[in-house]
Amino acid sequence: MKNFFGILFLLSLLIGIPISSNSAEKVEYLKTDWSFKGLFGKFDRGSLQRGYQVYTEVCSSCHSMKYLSYRNLAEKGGPEFTTQQAKTIAASFEVVDGPNADGEMFTRPGKLSDKFVMPYENVKAAQAANGGAYPPDMSVLVKARAGGVDYIYSLLQGYEDPPAGMNLDDGVYYNKYMYGNKIKMSNQLSDGLIEYADGTNSTVEQMSKDVTTFLMWAAEPHLESRHQMGFKAIIYLIILTILVYFSMKRIWSRIETKV
Amino acid sequence: MSDQNYIPKSKFGKWFNDRLPLLTLASHLTDYPTPKNLNYWWTFGGILTFCLITQIVTGLTLAMHYIAHADMAFESVEHIMRDVNYGWLIRYIHANGASMFFLAVYIHIFRSLFYGSYKSPREIIWILGIIIYLLMMAAAFMGYVLPWGQMSFWGATVITNLFSAIPLVGEGIVTWLWGGYSVDNPTLTRFFTLHYLIPFLILGLVVLHIWALHVPGNNNPVGIDIQKPSKDTVPFHPYIVIKDGFALLMFMIVFAFFVFYTPNILGHADNYIEANPLVTPAHIVPEWYLLPFYAILRSVPDKLLGVIAMLSAILILAALPWLDTSKIRSAVFRPLYKQFYWILVADVLILGYVGAMPAEGLYLLIARIATTYYFLHFLVILPILGFREKTLPVPMSITEPVLGGSPNLAMAKSNESIKR
Repeated sequence: MKNFFGILFLLSLLIGIPISSNSAEKVEYLKTDWSFKGLFGKFDRGSLQRGYQVYTEVCSSCHSMKYLSYRNLAEKGGPEFTTQQAKTIAASFEVVDGPNADGEMFTRPGKLSDKFVMPYENVKAAQAANGGAYPPDMSVLVKARAGGVDYIYSLLQGYEDPPAGMNLDDGVYYNKYMYGNKIKMSNQLSDGLIEYADGTNSTVEQMSKDVTTFLMWAAEPHLESRHQMGFKAIIYLIILTILVYFSMKRIWSRIETKV
Repeated sequence: MSDQNYIPKSKFGKWFNDRLPLLTLASHLTDYPTPKNLNYWWTFGGILTFCLITQIVTGLTLAMHYIAHADMAFESVEHIMRDVNYGWLIRYIHANGASMFFLAVYIHIFRSLFYGSYKSPREIIWILGIIIYLLMMAAAFMGYVLPWGQMSFWGATVITNLFSAIPLVGEGIVTWLWGGYSVDNPTLTRFFTLHYLIPFLILGLVVLHIWALHVPGNNNPVGIDIQKPSKDTVPFHPYIVIKDGFALLMFMIVFAFFVFYTPNILGHADNYIEANPLVTPAHIVPEWYLLPFYAILRSVPDKLLGVIAMLSAILILAALPWLDTSKIRSAVFRPLYKQFYWILVADVLILGYVGAMPAEGLYLLIARIATTYYFLHFLVILPILGFREKTLPVPMSITEPVLGGSPNLAMAKSNESIKR
């Protein structure tokens, strides 16, 4: 039996290998402690709220987040703004609604049930405004990049002068962590760029961490309940497995064969 | 264990059973004589049944919220992940469930290869298994297309394009499969339809697979027939039920770990980018469980021959009962086969590894050697081995590994109870 589970364990490791070794040649990403990793990982509420501030004040002028609604900001496991705060945030955006009774479209202040207002009407408009490059929607961005949060966190801090001999076109920037090192987004963060509502010192590192945390939540809004449920489910399964193991021993003891 | 003599206790039970012998079937299933020496590698049949049912139940629930339309599929998946109650849980179980299903089926297949379970009189069970495996691959591939991410779209494009290798009618077939001139909405809707259908075909085949199993009964680690059912076997319930249950729970712990803690590790990041026909991903890679065959496909320079090689790699398994000429089933008593078995396992793992790598340079060379060896194993090594190999003495019965007993046709006896 030992042998059996040993082989099983090796097999389960093996199935992970081809996937992880895909990124063998990549540069080392910057590391930081993410509060949401691990068995009991939870989001840092303050970081999520600051991250939202970075998103609205910096990213949202180009990047949409079309799968999120303003109500999400007040939901459990997220930035947990109060409902009133979330309402105020929503109302600060103009939403196109309609048609009304006269058949006209009209604008009104946003409501909790509205999706995040997009900076551009459509992909083409976004491309036209950004030198042909489409600033990707950020709703699931963290899950859509191989390095995940570490990649995004590093990328935001990865702007450097290009190495000698490398010519960059207009509107193209050098980034250490970008695939091919060429990125069409200029460096957006600088120390003290924004004034955090909670008074935290807004260093580039701090802002990168906060906004990446926010993006992780945006991509996995149920991460906290997933971790909580997972722990309970696995404990439950382990206890049940132990009970079944002893029942099995008992039942098989009726005959001389070992299980 | 003569369950054809089963008589229900209650009057109603007897009345009902005379008209539809469901109770006889239930009695057969609980009493089914199972070799008492089965090890844990034999628990994967039950685990696979669990996987199939899990996929069907979660799949039905997902289908209630999913929208099979090129413009809305990606969004509807995000809707499931965010707004449907426990939608994230159901989707992660379904997505990881596919990987768990394949993990279990590979263990199940390689157990069969080790203990010679495909040999007479179990050829039909084996062939049904191969058909189930083929259908599983089709279902998994089409399921991967449904979220309409970049890998969905480009995976569908690559795989359907394989049919264009068929001479003369190839291009026509591809257009027919797509329902248009590229992978688009009609492709998505038909893939959804087929993805919904196939699991039920699999379910039907699983019933036949188990039926065919219950005719000769289980093979076992020593690979010899049951001599005395009373001594060599235990009733399926409770002995095997509790043992399968224990193994299933162990399996579920691994499963739960993936679902709750690393739900996306077995998928590809690009599939969280909505499908875009104008942007090709840097590397188009199938899911891990298809990688060995992908490696075989790419190791042949000619497209048509590559497709033929890939299909043959699977279909050759159906001929295995006749390619393996050895009369001895279990590898335990076949010292040479045992070594070749482990080389084959390594060979398939290597194929899987190079399948995930770019098809160039050293990787391509390794893929070619491994592909050649794969076919060599089945077409040359196995047939010759049956004649040349000096096998170890096989015990006379399951319970008395060394002591002699008179070989008889006891197995036929245990058959009687099932054939009706």
